[in-house]
Amino acid sequence: MSAVMITRKVRKWEKLPGKNTFCCDGRVMMARQKGVFYLTLFLIVGTCSLFFAFECPYLAVHLSPAIPVFAVLLFLFVMAMLLRTSFSDPGVLPRALQEEATFIEMEIEAANGNVPAGQRPPPRIRNVQINNQIVKLKYCYTCKIFRPPRASHCSICDNCVDRFDHHCPWVGNCVGKRNYRYFYLFTMSLSLLTIYIFTFNIVHVVMRSVDKGFLNTLKETPGTVLEVLVCFFTLWSVVGLTGFHTYLISLNQTTNEDIKGSWSGKNRVQNPYSHKNIIKNCCEVLCGPTYPSVLDRRGLMHEDSSVPAASATCTSTTTTTSSSCSSSSTNPVPQTTKPTAPLIPNEHTPDDAKPSIAASAERSPSPKEEHPPASKVPPLASPETDAETSLAKDKTH
Amino acid sequence: MDADKASLPFHNLQELRNSASLVTKVFIQRDYSDGTVCRFLTKFPSELDNRIERTLLEETVKTLNSYYVEAEKIGGQSYMEGCLACATAYFIFLCMETRYEKVLKKISCYIQEQNQKIYAPRGLLLTDPIERGMRVVSFAHLLQSF
Repeated sequence: MSAVMITRKVRKWEKLPGKNTFCCDGRVMMARQKGVFYLTLFLIVGTCSLFFAFECPYLAVHLSPAIPVFAVLLFLFVMAMLLRTSFSDPGVLPRALQEEATFIEMEIEAANGNVPAGQRPPPRIRNVQINNQIVKLKYCYTCKIFRPPRASHCSICDNCVDRFDHHCPWVGNCVGKRNYRYFYLFTMSLSLLTIYIFTFNIVHVVMRSVDKGFLNTLKETPGTVLEVLVCFFTLWSVVGLTGFHTYLISLNQTTNEDIKGSWSGKNRVQNPYSHKNIIKNCCEVLCGPTYPSVLDRRGLMHEDSSVPAASATCTSTTTTTSSSCSSSSTNPVPQTTKPTAPLIPNEHTPDDAKPSIAASAERSPSPKEEHPPASKVPPLASPETDAETSLAKDKTH
Repeated sequence: MDADKASLPFHNLQELRNSASLVTKVFIQRDYSDGTVCRFLTKFPSELDNRIERTLLEETVKTLNSYYVEAEKIGGQSYMEGCLACATAYFIFLCMETRYEKVLKKISCYIQEQNQKIYAPRGLLLTDPIERGMRVVSFAHLLQSF
């Protein structure tokens, strides 16, 4: 009979491209693979629990009650920093909308001029001068933008991230402009916590062994062995990582730039972002402004979908009789009692239903307003035509 | 008759889509000459030549740039905020607004005011850069009516 347009409100995070997972209705944002993050949580919580269970009672009595108190505070700080790093938006740059992408394409075409047929178009690079150094901005074919300086595309999360440092599986998220300081504080506080637990384990074992002997001590507090093992292996990696990041911060470099050797070597550009002063660099990275997220996750948007009214009227009669309608008030298409395939007109379809079915079939594959499919972009935008970019992609990913 | 009534919403949508295709957008890009701080180019786009006076647009962009400089300034206040936040394991941000967020609110009010006073009468609409990932300042304008 007629087509019914159903508009329902969805949160923007449900329609965001990229390979992130969202929780708490868009408040939490992480990468898809979270297995290693759970391992991190388990190791930290597990080791600290053993410490509080086995060592702390003895040390509180025989040494000082401040020891477990400080351990608790440090543990809470480590957890807060870890969760903050893992759950926050690292500085994801939203993809260009259709008009912006087309505008950039037109600018590129104008800049390149006429490319003779059969020849590869020149690589999409924009040169900018930053602090008297020439920096090349590369074009991202996935996000359809020229990446700002220091931004890079993370292939695991499929997003461009501002001031991209690296993708850390231990925290289950990218580390970028917005969460780098939390990541650094996490590694630093975790180093302190590991050293703290390791030291007091040794102290505890020594003190107890003096009274009861070494083997008896281990029998009484079996957790100690496990803790010492975990702390020993963690120490080398986490303390090393903290040292490495301290070095990077003092030079105002990212891990990505360090790995690619962007600022090293004689013929290369010197780092234009460094203030040439260690304290200034540290202050900028650690005490700089807290950047807001430019990715709107919790905003509302309309999602249009059309439903043939014929099926709507049929199903509405079934639902008035059955009480199992669990849909929201904005959605007049309730669940049917039997599964229905999309209606395909045949000789039995009533004549007035046929045009609406055809109209809905025509409209249903149409793209949504906010996220048009990639096929709409002019054919120039293809990574394969740009050897330099694909090489660069290989290096970064 | 029912078919006619039901096809009406469809035609309205088509009209909206048609008008949307007649809205062209002009983008002012970021100026990276000072590094990664947020700044926009004050170069006047040629597409807006007959729509608005140069000085007005340049004034708007310069004011926006000054707001962003204020938001991203690294000085005494940002250090205090950073240290205090670190000492409270960043829980203080649950009850306190950051300086950047305060400036962003000011920017959004400023853009609204500019749209009302200057741009809407000229058939232009200025969008807040934060809606475009701080990449561009976009002006939307309708071409000659259909």
